Amino acid sequence: MTSFDSTVTIEPPQISSGDRGTPPAVLDGGDSDRPDSGRPDYATRLRRARIGLLVALTPVLMLFVGFTSAYIVRQGLPSFDPRTNTMVRDWIPVKLPILLLFNTCILLLSTFCIEFARRRAKTEAVPESPPPIPAASDRDEEKIPWLAVTLVLGLCFLFGQGLAWRQLAARGFYVSTTPSSSFVYLLTGAHAVHLAGGIFALFVAGLAALFHSSAIRRSIVVDVTAWYWHFMTALWVYILCLLEFAR
Amino acid sequence: MATQDLAAKQAHAHAAPQGFLRKWVFSLDHKVIGLQYYFLALIAVFVGMFLSLLMRIHLIWPTAVLPLVGEIKPENYLSLLTMHGTVMVFFVLTTAPQGGFGNYFLPIQIGAPDMAFPVLNMLSFWTTFLGFLVLIAAFFVAGGAPLHGWTGYAPLSALPSAGPGQALGADLWIISIAIFCIGALMGALNFITTTLDMRAKGMSLMRMPLTCWAWFITAILGLLAFGVLLSAGILLLMDRNLGSSFFVPLVTVNGQILDHKSGSPLLWQHLFWFFGHPEVYIAILPAMGLCSQLISVFSRKPIFGYKAMVYAILSIGFLGFMVWGHHMFMSGMSPYSAFAFSVMTMAIGVPSAIKTFNWLGTLMHARIHFSSPMLFAIGFVSLFVSGGISGPFLAQPVLDIPLHDTYFVPGHFHLIMGVASIFGIFAATYYWFPKMFGRMMSESLARWHFWFSFIGTYAIFMPMHYLGLAGHPRRYSQLTEVAYLHGLVPLQKFITFAAFVTIAAQFIFLINLFWSMKFGEKATDNPWNATTLEWTTATPPPHDNFGGHTPVVHHGPYEYSVPNAPRDYVMQTDPESVPAH
Repeated sequence: MTSFDSTVTIEPPQISSGDRGTPPAVLDGGDSDRPDSGRPDYATRLRRARIGLLVALTPVLMLFVGFTSAYIVRQGLPSFDPRTNTMVRDWIPVKLPILLLFNTCILLLSTFCIEFARRRAKTEAVPESPPPIPAASDRDEEKIPWLAVTLVLGLCFLFGQGLAWRQLAARGFYVSTTPSSSFVYLLTGAHAVHLAGGIFALFVAGLAALFHSSAIRRSIVVDVTAWYWHFMTALWVYILCLLEFAR
Repeated sequence: MATQDLAAKQAHAHAAPQGFLRKWVFSLDHKVIGLQYYFLALIAVFVGMFLSLLMRIHLIWPTAVLPLVGEIKPENYLSLLTMHGTVMVFFVLTTAPQGGFGNYFLPIQIGAPDMAFPVLNMLSFWTTFLGFLVLIAAFFVAGGAPLHGWTGYAPLSALPSAGPGQALGADLWIISIAIFCIGALMGALNFITTTLDMRAKGMSLMRMPLTCWAWFITAILGLLAFGVLLSAGILLLMDRNLGSSFFVPLVTVNGQILDHKSGSPLLWQHLFWFFGHPEVYIAILPAMGLCSQLISVFSRKPIFGYKAMVYAILSIGFLGFMVWGHHMFMSGMSPYSAFAFSVMTMAIGVPSAIKTFNWLGTLMHARIHFSSPMLFAIGFVSLFVSGGISGPFLAQPVLDIPLHDTYFVPGHFHLIMGVASIFGIFAATYYWFPKMFGRMMSESLARWHFWFSFIGTYAIFMPMHYLGLAGHPRRYSQLTEVAYLHGLVPLQKFITFAAFVTIAAQFIFLINLFWSMKFGEKATDNPWNATTLEWTTATPPPHDNFGGHTPVVHHGPYEYSVPNAPRDYVMQTDPESVPAH
């Protein structure tokens, strides 16, 4: 039997134990506003989902920090040429296809669309809250399926990125041609994979609407997807600047 | 109260499943997922131990033909070395303390009904499990498992033609690590969100048990480190399969110049060790938190300097990201960089020493209960000090350069990172087994297990320091044909025999574990008279953790030997009227 003897003699400890004399001043825990009416309410669920998203974006950021670090280091490395016995640079700057600018515009447009979708979903989920933007109450605008528009624009962006890859290949730049082209394919590809994740989330939100899932649930999915989408847009602008201005 | 109870019942996002598959396989319950992680780590640790045993046998009897295994060739030795390190670091030291015990007990200790995202939690386990299967598959493909060590140094790891095992085996190794990273990131996401957003009323951050602090900081470390490892893994896969030259310089293999150009093997090392050093703390921090908990419980005293312990965990986590270069002193880095990394590494000794002194301060003048969890906790402190003391040696470039490629380094990191963390896992198992399975483990078997493991560990790893100081290189597969190592062969034999005995002793633990699940003495709800929330609920805990009510916390986690209190401890949920320190 490993449990304790119940007749433990109480002796005050003979040494100090740090801060034990001062009880913690803060009484509330993080979930102290847990409602008494059942499931966590909309605000709690939304806050939790947003914290989750913020945490989830950290490793994505670190992934691209790792790529950027490799980009900067690799750009500065010389290569040994056995024919001349000298060190030469093998980094050949890649002129980016102009199509990427067009794709950027599409993505920027999509990020506005999803913001409209987010605000509308929030209004539907919390009808008592006033419309966050005056235009949202406009009848014509209410008819615009922002979510679907974002979805289409997102797919157009991915398709455009694929076309840009083909243009690069047509110019003779493949993954292994030069380290700079390796990075172009790597960074655009990694970004596309992450954006595809956002498109998948949009599909989920769309299906939720189709099958009459609760407005609250749909609103939360749309909200975190929208913030994720904004992040992906900002990330793409950063990647484009890196590839263009640090060639 | 009734309203609160109803709230808690309804707040548990998913109902208790009834079918076998939903209850035990694809469960959303953090407790079941914790057990799944634990048993995955248990399988992995026996695989890892078996591999290490084969290595030790080969070192002493290099031409021996083993049943089922056959003769171990030098390249097989390197495969064993690679897979032993990978299995142990990723699927044992990272999986059991965080994924296993963290999953099971973090929500209960902070008063939450489950993790924040239960589906993600389930996915994180099955992703980790898939990563393990992919890794083990590397043994069975053409060429076998890779040779490049658990650190996967390029260019060896980047060239499929560099040796047997470097083809498909190495691809599987990289893919396995990438899968593991994704699983670990999903887990970290849950740990952080749950800790920040799901604490019970009254459970302020400074009332959390130190275990929760350790799991929380460990999750943050994982969040920042695994993304970078993932980026390095993707670059490595591209070098291997798409012809890029991130890590591979102009290189000749078998007299043939390859197409790669001026890649940098050191770039891999930087990216890898940016992950690799925090990984050390990912392995050890949960054990530190747990041992802080146990030392307080079994000393019947509040932990010495709770706030200092919290700030020490934070400091260790922060400084852990500043010291990766000390793994690369051999790379020819600038002496100025080496100096900076050296100073930062020394600085990490300060919070580590604070923790050690606080453990000793808690033990001082205490009436210590030497139960099996406490034995392993004290064993952890001993190993942490013994392994840690050689850290400042290796933190100095002038000493690291001669010692780096010797047995001194395996001696150091096995003590402080490997076995110390394993002792934390054992301590946690003996401590929380009654809560998890409702029965007590055999105390006498546990004591046999402790003494064999404790003495055996020192017998294996202390001599490695002497081997290193004598200049014995590590990673050599055959010692008997190297003349200047002849004098050290008896010590190597001693280590192998010690390994035999220590590994055999682990079966005592295994028998105790499974025997006690069925036949152990029935446990009460709080057999250790501890104060934290898991001991306020039923044994084993119900599906929603607290049987339909939501705990409200009024006290700190380490209220022991409280003067004028009705017992010698005050539960965290005891009313405010109960006196506390």
